Amino acid sequence: MTEHNIHTNEPSLEKSTTLIEIEGLYQIFGKTPKEVLPKVKAGASKEEVLAETGHTVGLQDINLNIKRGEIFVIMGLSGSGKSTLIRHFNRLIDPTAGLIRVDGDNIMEFSMKDLTTFRRHKMSMVFQHFGLMPHRTVLENVGYGLSIKGENKKDWEEKANQWLETVGLTGYGEQYPSQLSGGQQQRVGLARALCTDAEILLMDEAFSALDPLIRSEMQEQLLDLQENLQKTIIFITHDLDEALRLGDRIAVLKDGKLVQVGNPVDIVLNPADEYVRAFAKDVNRARALSVQTIMTANTEKLTGKVAGDVRGEFPKDKDHAFVFDEEGYQGILSRAKLDDMDDNTTLKEVLLPLTSVRQSTPLQDVIPIALTSPFDIPVINKKGILKGRIEAKKLADVLSP
Amino acid sequence: MSSNWLTQFPDMSRRDLLTIRQTLDGAYRHFSREYGDAIEAAFHPLLKFLIWFDNLLIHTPWWIIIIAITSLVYAATRSWKLSLGVVISLLLIGYFGMWENTMRTLSIITVCTLISIALGIPIGILMARSDRAQSIITPLLDVMQTMPAFVYLIPVVMLLGIGKIPGVIAVVIYAIPPVIRLTNLGIRLVSKETLEAATAFGATPTQRLLGVQLPLAMPTIMAGINQTIMMALAMVVIASMIGVNGLGQPVLRSITNQYFTLGLLNGLAIVALAIIFDRVSQSYAKRTQKHLEGAHND
Repeated sequence: MTEHNIHTNEPSLEKSTTLIEIEGLYQIFGKTPKEVLPKVKAGASKEEVLAETGHTVGLQDINLNIKRGEIFVIMGLSGSGKSTLIRHFNRLIDPTAGLIRVDGDNIMEFSMKDLTTFRRHKMSMVFQHFGLMPHRTVLENVGYGLSIKGENKKDWEEKANQWLETVGLTGYGEQYPSQLSGGQQQRVGLARALCTDAEILLMDEAFSALDPLIRSEMQEQLLDLQENLQKTIIFITHDLDEALRLGDRIAVLKDGKLVQVGNPVDIVLNPADEYVRAFAKDVNRARALSVQTIMTANTEKLTGKVAGDVRGEFPKDKDHAFVFDEEGYQGILSRAKLDDMDDNTTLKEVLLPLTSVRQSTPLQDVIPIALTSPFDIPVINKKGILKGRIEAKKLADVLSP
Repeated sequence: MSSNWLTQFPDMSRRDLLTIRQTLDGAYRHFSREYGDAIEAAFHPLLKFLIWFDNLLIHTPWWIIIIAITSLVYAATRSWKLSLGVVISLLLIGYFGMWENTMRTLSIITVCTLISIALGIPIGILMARSDRAQSIITPLLDVMQTMPAFVYLIPVVMLLGIGKIPGVIAVVIYAIPPVIRLTNLGIRLVSKETLEAATAFGATPTQRLLGVQLPLAMPTIMAGINQTIMMALAMVVIASMIGVNGLGQPVLRSITNQYFTLGLLNGLAIVALAIIFDRVSQSYAKRTQKHLEGAHND
């Protein structure tokens, strides 16, 4: 019991530490960006700068803190600078001004060699149009990051094969990327990024080029993987539904400026300005928000077979609780029932069955369960560990505009 | 002089032009007298190699050559049809008495192509990496391709006399532009995202060049090499004017003496060589680009 509590607390403790920090980041495109910078810093608008100097302002005054283990979504329409921004994290693009700190290191001070090492070990990336190497087989693509590190072929082939299996492409190793469908190609892209075992995963509109069905499948797969991997993921998208479904936190970017940073519920329920409001208006909240976003984390649970095992542990402020035994979740026990029981009565006989949900389950799948039950709904992950509960009132609050 | 510039172009006086010509010619003549021997000496190893290769092709019994060429062709293309075609055309060439000249031409074309590739690909890579290099080299290539070959034969002959080496230089100048241009183009056409992916995973510039850019540019580069070979063959007749032995010389003789059949036969031999080179290099290129197969069918 206590062991489980520690286990569930751990990720949330980790999450509170900042992994990536961006301070005062500016990106100006043109011949002499440094000379234009003071003007932009003084607050000249994008249009003014373009008209007066012929320079395009890509990003202005970006400040971000990304925490260890979270999925951080950067959302914006095309031209908002989101793809430019993500390329700063591994310095595929260098900023005109600003500071980027990863795990305490100022990566702007890195030499070419440091940067190569950093890219090989710390970050990997998934691209919108997959960015696979057409002349290499699927297996060679997945193992690319390891092979250029100089790892020997036997080792990286083994790891690459494991990752291919994880993303569901067992047996495709000898094919060439052009022989695969778009969804399969992006799975290869994902496997390639995961294969280097980098802590940070950059995903540049990774699912935007896929058709809706495959996209939603991939989103689910990513959430499933993330549950085990606990990577720090920076995810770029133009699709608020996707942002809400995946993001622990979301940053909204407009014309190269950050408009709002917040968790999904914040974005939908408290949009910072008209721009975000317009985005949020058309969202099907029940589909876009996942259980993760509204669940109450760190819920107590009861473990035992007979009433006597659990009587002392029944949460004082609740009238019902979730019961577990060594086989996992069993059902719901109400306080009234427990009070009527002898210590020796087997719990199984009185438990009320109630379907559990996963963190990645969209709220629309929770509604029917909530409507037919007066109790909270348990949130249980793939491994059968209790992650939290869904309260009906919270569900109703979030769904009503 | 004073008022007729409206009707007549106000050109430079003949005497001034003559002075310019004489000065430049004199300077170049002086240069070639001064350094001609040194430059010739620098090319000496190449000349020795050329002669050795010539002799190798000519003195090896014809059937060994045919077997060697055919097995090379088969190794490169894996096509029985093409290999059979090569055997038949070589047999016909020998039957009509053009064996030695064909071997000489084969030797010089092979050497010129290898030199063009060895120089052209690095230059193409340089152009692809730097826009400045591209803006300097492109006009040079334009000049090399459009300047009549005879014009640059003059300084080459003045410097090195008549013979194999000036021939090789002239052929290489004429034939190298496609391989340079298409190497540059091929590298520049590599998908930006693929290259970004390589960078993002920590590839060094060398790993990017050898592992991504060159392999992906290969179909384009092969097209360039193919063009280079074709252009080298086209130069055979002109090169024969400055003493390069081979199929060009009988053609030249036919022009001056109006021997139609002799010209035709030797011309056909050149065509046969061209077709062999072309088909072999193309199907070799295709065979090495396995990943492109079925790209749009699946």
